Amino acid sequence: MTDLTIGKSVLRKEDARFLTGSGQYTDDVVMPRQSYAYFLRSPYAHAAIRGVDLAGAREMPGVLAIYTGKDLPDAVGGLPCGWLITGTDGQPMKEPKHPLLAQGKVRHVGDPVAMVVADTFLAAKDAAERIEVDYEPLPAVVDVRDALAAGAPAVHAEAPGNVCYVWALGDKAATDAAFARAAHVTTLEFINNRLIPNAIEPRACNASYAKSDDSYTLYVASQNPHVERLLMTAFVLGLPEHKVRVIAPDVGGGFGSKIYLYAEETMCVWASKLVGRPIKWTAERSESFLSDAHGRDHFTKAELALDKDGKFLAMRVDTKASMGAYLSTFASCIPTILYATLLAGQYTTPAIHAQVTAVFTNTAPVDAYRGAGRPEATYVVERLVATAAREMKLSQDEIRRRNFIRTFPYATPVALTYDIGDYDACLDGAMQMADVAGFPARKAEAAKRGMLRGLGYSSYIEACGLAPSNIAGALGARAGLYEAGEVRVHPTGKVTVFTGSHSHGQGHETTFSQVVADRLGIGVDDVDVVHGDTGRIPFGMGTYGSRSLAVGGTAIVKALDKIEAKGRKIAAHLMEVSDTDVEFKDGRFTVKGTDKHVPFAQVALTAYVPHNYPLDKLEPGLDETAFYDPTNFTYPAGTHICEVEVDPETGTTKIVSFTACDDFGNIVNPMIVEGQVHGGLAQGIGQALLEGCVYDRESGQLLTGTYMDYAMPRADDLPNFKVDTRVTACTHNPLGVKGCGEAGAIGAPAAVINALCDALGVKDIEMPATPERVWRAARAARA
Amino acid sequence: MHAFKYHKPDTLAAALGGDGDDTRYLAGGQSLVAGMKLRLSQPSDVVDLAGLAELRGIRADAATVRIGAMMRHAEVAASADVRSRIPALADLAGGIGDRQVRNMGTLGGSLANNDPASDYPGAVLGLGATIVTSQRRLAADDYFIGLYETVLEPREVITAVEFPVPAKAAYVKFKNAASRFALVGVFVAQTAAGVRVAVTGAGGAGVFRVAEMEQALAKRWSPEAVKSIAVASDDLTSDIHASAEYRAHLVSVLAARAVAAAG
Repeated sequence: MTDLTIGKSVLRKEDARFLTGSGQYTDDVVMPRQSYAYFLRSPYAHAAIRGVDLAGAREMPGVLAIYTGKDLPDAVGGLPCGWLITGTDGQPMKEPKHPLLAQGKVRHVGDPVAMVVADTFLAAKDAAERIEVDYEPLPAVVDVRDALAAGAPAVHAEAPGNVCYVWALGDKAATDAAFARAAHVTTLEFINNRLIPNAIEPRACNASYAKSDDSYTLYVASQNPHVERLLMTAFVLGLPEHKVRVIAPDVGGGFGSKIYLYAEETMCVWASKLVGRPIKWTAERSESFLSDAHGRDHFTKAELALDKDGKFLAMRVDTKASMGAYLSTFASCIPTILYATLLAGQYTTPAIHAQVTAVFTNTAPVDAYRGAGRPEATYVVERLVATAAREMKLSQDEIRRRNFIRTFPYATPVALTYDIGDYDACLDGAMQMADVAGFPARKAEAAKRGMLRGLGYSSYIEACGLAPSNIAGALGARAGLYEAGEVRVHPTGKVTVFTGSHSHGQGHETTFSQVVADRLGIGVDDVDVVHGDTGRIPFGMGTYGSRSLAVGGTAIVKALDKIEAKGRKIAAHLMEVSDTDVEFKDGRFTVKGTDKHVPFAQVALTAYVPHNYPLDKLEPGLDETAFYDPTNFTYPAGTHICEVEVDPETGTTKIVSFTACDDFGNIVNPMIVEGQVHGGLAQGIGQALLEGCVYDRESGQLLTGTYMDYAMPRADDLPNFKVDTRVTACTHNPLGVKGCGEAGAIGAPAAVINALCDALGVKDIEMPATPERVWRAARAARA
Repeated sequence: MHAFKYHKPDTLAAALGGDGDDTRYLAGGQSLVAGMKLRLSQPSDVVDLAGLAELRGIRADAATVRIGAMMRHAEVAASADVRSRIPALADLAGGIGDRQVRNMGTLGGSLANNDPASDYPGAVLGLGATIVTSQRRLAADDYFIGLYETVLEPREVITAVEFPVPAKAAYVKFKNAASRFALVGVFVAQTAAGVRVAVTGAGGAGVFRVAEMEQALAKRWSPEAVKSIAVASDDLTSDIHASAEYRAHLVSVLAARAVAAAG
């Protein structure tokens, strides 16, 4: 019997290879007779393609093939969108074709126009420089407000007014009625700034075709290889799904951006058979900026109605959300299903109405980015709550306490049912950790130095563990959202776990091993976790939306249930008792009430060497698969408190303290959870203070296309985080877990901006709150 | 990056020869190589100056610190001669870019490139240094022309820079959050030749002096003397990172802070 590991900070098994440079990323894969692709991209935000002259490029040394949009046969489809949103008019969303290579028109800077395949990457790139594209530049729109203005240039002829859909959720009449009788209404209008994901590993793929068995193998930096394969084969290339193997090996960060099916890997698969050689493509960093799906980019008007005591009566939200130039794989559900449903936050607001207009613009596609809709919703709710408290002269904790949900399960007016939570516990914990009581003294001390201190709260909630497939299907999902897990016990009792979840930094190899090791009474190192290969794992849905442990982990637990049930039968046979008399505990099967037992390893060996075995009733082997479809979302929640100090002379904001008190349900590995929170907070603080994707409003050029202009958060931008947890166990999965991957990015932006508004005494400040914006706000507040 | 011919001469004379039709000199490569990788710069020939002993070394006396053009930022920052005589210059060098940049980037490379947001032009103009080239000696006031533009001729190489030792000096930089280059940097100095105030990062035409601040500081060396002096924003840079108005404001704030830091 080994010590139980759940709840312990077991060191990450995967770190040895990551820290010693022996990870195997897609770009590390080199195939025999490897060739390389380069994609020529549009320099214009919007232009008609009058012609493409490939003659000069074809003469360049090493060129194997060049393709443009005209070379794609009709049978090759566009990139699909996985979620159908039906508008308030009852009509389906507009889904203009998203061709693999531009056909007739380019619609954003970076839109791929041609693919060059050559012996080397440089040969492909050199040849691409010789391609002459005759563009007729067209007026471009990059801002949702401009795109919706009368007479705006049309991104797609099929989408009049650049509207993809207008969608709404909630009871409008009840909401309007509540506003009519409100004692106070707080109104805010703001932009949720567009972000560029910036995974440290750029997107990459390596596709090859085997004539021997007419099959394809694709290595790709993906968060969900089965989804990638299904979309690519069934919806775009028309290839037999079972003849394509997709492998997502070590992946260096995703944050959502590697969920989607992109043109580049699809083109490489398609061309690999035509070229007859494996084709590799690895994005250059500039291409990542231009062509990875971006995040956020909302323009929102939000109102909160309160009674005279600060009780929330209703919330009204109108959001214009940019889709970019084309619908990315899950773009349509982000500002709707994953956004408006979260507008209740942690509060009993009885009436909520949200209307969302999805808008095409001449920019890179926008899709899920860490948090995906929920950071935007939290920003709406928590900025409103903080502003209302200031306007009504209530303390920040008091207004929250007056409105917290305390009875569970709780059905919100925006379609979700929270199973459990304890919002007071996290608020209390955060306030103690942040030493809120000592804040006035710290503020006074800072004032003596000419500095402005502010405190900002954000009590966020998220819906994770995506998702009950039937609910998702009713809401328009074109996919199921279960997860698969297989537990393969080897004859020696060692175990290999095959999971449909995918780890791209989250540490699943360790966390999942802990879950299995504790259950079977074996060591963490006796368990191997395999993921990311459609040739090895059951059909899985992948990793996003903080779902891996709650959904993927539960699938593994369900498979373990089957292993245990079968093992009990084998053990009963060995001990010549009824299997109902056998219990499994501490790594051994025991006859209840006796010390008679057989160890797990002996049962495993017996399963594969079935000499003494109930062969008439039981198959040999010990290898079980389970698919788990959750019955509800999980609802991680917590309170973040940010303390800032502003230098009003320069507008510099220093985060002097950041506290996160989160409820992620039960925790398997506290160290990994803390790491996830740290990373999320860095990204959330990045959004609030540093990161902002800027397209030139006239030309549509990306002005933040390098790290010289796009500010990523760095260690010296961040304080030492104060992180702790409170636990209410999720009621509907066996591990009682909720998910922790996105919480930091969801909660942090509002906490930072609320702190800044408190410091400066202003109602709002735009994200990213750059020194100039802060300086201007400070100056305006003084005036 | 396109293919190019690489040369690594042993002598300055050899470096100045050669017959490449588009030759670029490679010092630390922190701007040139990045530009070549982005294919913004596509020279036919690259002459690496790293083998030239005469471009290396630091010599100091009571009045002057002479730094070889190929001295890396980290070497300047770590030099006891620089630290003891012009601590502001050592601090400036130690604050350029990041560790990797400081271990490769050079004084001469920075000045020849004349990035409007780089730090060294602030020190060179702020101290009234002399730029020694393969052909001549140039006063700092005569050297900088505009963005990435200097009076250097093709095939003219900076060999050293002579910095006068000031009575007091300090450099204060406000960093661009993304690039960490100077959004605005102000170098102030009391030198034998007078008070000098140089501003980098902000100027639409690169580094510049602020005569009004120099005159005020010559009368009274105190932060208050410059804090209320506003520079006109007309000629300052406006971009996505900061408006000219904000940059102008920062010039006054940083000038005062630099004077305070100089003591």
